[in-house]
Amino acid sequence: MKEVILSVGIDIGTSTTQLIFCRLVIENLASSYTVPRISIVEKEVVYRSGIYFTPLISQTEIDVEAVKQIITQEYRKANMTPAMLKTGAVIITGDTARKKNANLVLRTLSDMAGDFVVATAGPDLESVLAAKGAGTDLISEREEGMVANLDVGGGTSNIAVFQKGKIKGVSCLDIGGRLVRIDNRRITYIYDKIHKLARDNGIRLEVGDPADLGKLTAVCRLMADQLAQAVNLQPRGVGHREIYTNAGAPLPENFPVRAVTFSGGVADCIYSAEEKDVFRYGDIGVLLGKVIKEHKDFGRIKLCPVTETIRATVIGAGIHTTNVSGSTIAYVKEQLPIKNIPVLRIPEEEERETEAISGTIAALIPMFYSEGKLEPVAISLTGRYHTSFADVQILAQAIARGAGELIASEYPLVLIIENDIGKVLGNALNVLLNRRKDVICIDGIYAREGDYIDIGEPMANGRVVPVITKTLIFNS
Amino acid sequence: MVNEIDLRGIIEQVLKEMNLSDSSASEIIKEAQTRISAATVIEDGCLPDVTEVDIRKQYLVENPVNRDAYYELKQYAPCRLGIGKAGARYKTDPSLQFRAAHSAAQDAVFSDVDQSFIDNMGFFTVQTLCDSKDIYLTRPDLGKKLNEEGIKTVLEKCRKNPTVQIYVSDGLSSAAVAANVADVLPGIMQGLKSYGIDVGTPFFCKYGRVGAMDHISELTGATVTCVLIGERPGLITAQSMSAYIAYKATVGMPEARRTVVSNIHKEGTIPAEAGAHISEIIKTILENKASGTDLKL
Repeated sequence: MKEVILSVGIDIGTSTTQLIFCRLVIENLASSYTVPRISIVEKEVVYRSGIYFTPLISQTEIDVEAVKQIITQEYRKANMTPAMLKTGAVIITGDTARKKNANLVLRTLSDMAGDFVVATAGPDLESVLAAKGAGTDLISEREEGMVANLDVGGGTSNIAVFQKGKIKGVSCLDIGGRLVRIDNRRITYIYDKIHKLARDNGIRLEVGDPADLGKLTAVCRLMADQLAQAVNLQPRGVGHREIYTNAGAPLPENFPVRAVTFSGGVADCIYSAEEKDVFRYGDIGVLLGKVIKEHKDFGRIKLCPVTETIRATVIGAGIHTTNVSGSTIAYVKEQLPIKNIPVLRIPEEEERETEAISGTIAALIPMFYSEGKLEPVAISLTGRYHTSFADVQILAQAIARGAGELIASEYPLVLIIENDIGKVLGNALNVLLNRRKDVICIDGIYAREGDYIDIGEPMANGRVVPVITKTLIFNS
Repeated sequence: MVNEIDLRGIIEQVLKEMNLSDSSASEIIKEAQTRISAATVIEDGCLPDVTEVDIRKQYLVENPVNRDAYYELKQYAPCRLGIGKAGARYKTDPSLQFRAAHSAAQDAVFSDVDQSFIDNMGFFTVQTLCDSKDIYLTRPDLGKKLNEEGIKTVLEKCRKNPTVQIYVSDGLSSAAVAANVADVLPGIMQGLKSYGIDVGTPFFCKYGRVGAMDHISELTGATVTCVLIGERPGLITAQSMSAYIAYKATVGMPEARRTVVSNIHKEGTIPAEAGAHISEIIKTILENKASGTDLKL
């Protein structure tokens, strides 16, 4: 029994806007004599759009209408309609996320893209998606030690570190190929952080100056140094902390990165050496790629080939955002899909002490009030310490006691469990609450504090639901 | 064991055959004696329990090319891989574990389910036409029919024509019944209760084969019959249990009409979760009025 679902990925980046469609195949991998085990078994990109320059009205505003037009046109070319799409993600990345109408663009696009297409921004998720799109997670399974992907785009460089296929950390720097722009051999734009970086290192660089190759190479070298410092290939300099996007956190200094991959627009210039006009794109992207390629610190470690470069993020958004839940779960169909539910995580040490659970939930619920009104919440726990039938009943009672406010609210009671007890816990809660409350209790999904979760409509004969976990906080 | 005097004799003889002088021979004997007595120490304490070793974590290959890769491979399944060897043979520890697992499998088949367990679950007991384990193992046909008294008890004590009749049977592993029923059965009951499906009187059937459910289905007149039965034990676990479920089972019906959920144990499908899953399968069977290969799940 195979089921095919279609997914979309839309990436609106600093320099380019792209879209892909892909096929996700889900299948029950268990024999018919055991409890089903439904997984995504195949992921394939079926359509790649052209690569467009992101349309802007001004330096601070995205041209919503023009973006909409690109998307509509590409949907038509691919013969897709929003109704055909079961899942996917629209992501605003890099410098574009800083534009003042970024949120409006996200909302507009997710409405027109499909029912369960999630809108998201945020450099942490972007780092993970780019690395997965480039294949770094798979590469890290074969490599000894940590592998970092550096997605060097127009406005930002998103770094994600993987070890044995697992994400270890992310960071995001304001280093990119379009942070200095050139037109007609003159510099037309310099992003302030780059301006400062150059000045602090004794390089005078002003808008209107002629594009001096030697000077700009020196600036690119400074930028490459920052990247090398970010992945611990060089001791971190004094101003290094300032280069992180939104004052984000750097990777821990004890991460020994043994190999790197590059994605993003600049990556093409790192993997292939083209000796053409370095300013042909009207920016320093090509030059930055060349400098990184020749950088002595990056030369010390292994450079692994990637499956995607400039399209890594959009492919990550289309293919790697969706998971499926465990195959024995409890839910109320009418309540799905639900989107953007913040996660209330019960710390593992409190989960072990059953008496602490109610108190923790009750104490954390007030954090989810917005303007005096309770917002929907998903309660997340490991489920590892209550597996016998009797213990599951105790757990259900503890949750029901602690989540009284949620149970009294208009929202369903949503539980996200890692261990395979979703259905029995769901049943226990249903019986306990006399079926008067809609309970959604899914397992096989890990969600931590600060995450947001989307749960889609049931698939595979109602056995599983698609789940997107949007991790927004990493190193902090 | 060879005692010291015998040992002395043997060594003396060997040395004589080797043509060594008497004095050097007695020196060697003395040396051997001191070594033997120095090596013999009597300790208190226990030997480690070989059955407590997690074989996914035990990796005994000496000087592996890639320890991490092999170790990761081992995490996929509890198999006896990467256990090293001593010459051409197993090492002592894996060899003891193997024998312990084999004994556990044998015990699971040959021992009976504890009466106190049956009492605690509130079951009454009926028996098939087998009256010993030996007959049960050698005459599968007799394990598929209740004896006279069993028939009488079921007719007397079980509610007639329930929507669902559930019972428990030892099958080929009493250990599986003891390990899982207390979690699976309430899981099913709770699920059925929340769906509003009524359940007949559960009981225990000794020396039962899966096919006994057909006889029991005819006796109770249940729409759906479900047996929780111990699976033939393997060398990884002796505690795996299955649920066989059939819609209007009758004696002589094709085996293909049974729906089965297997591999229920703490390392397989979590028993309480399996119970919740089985209750949903029963609901689906009732809605579709079909089970086994007639039913697409």
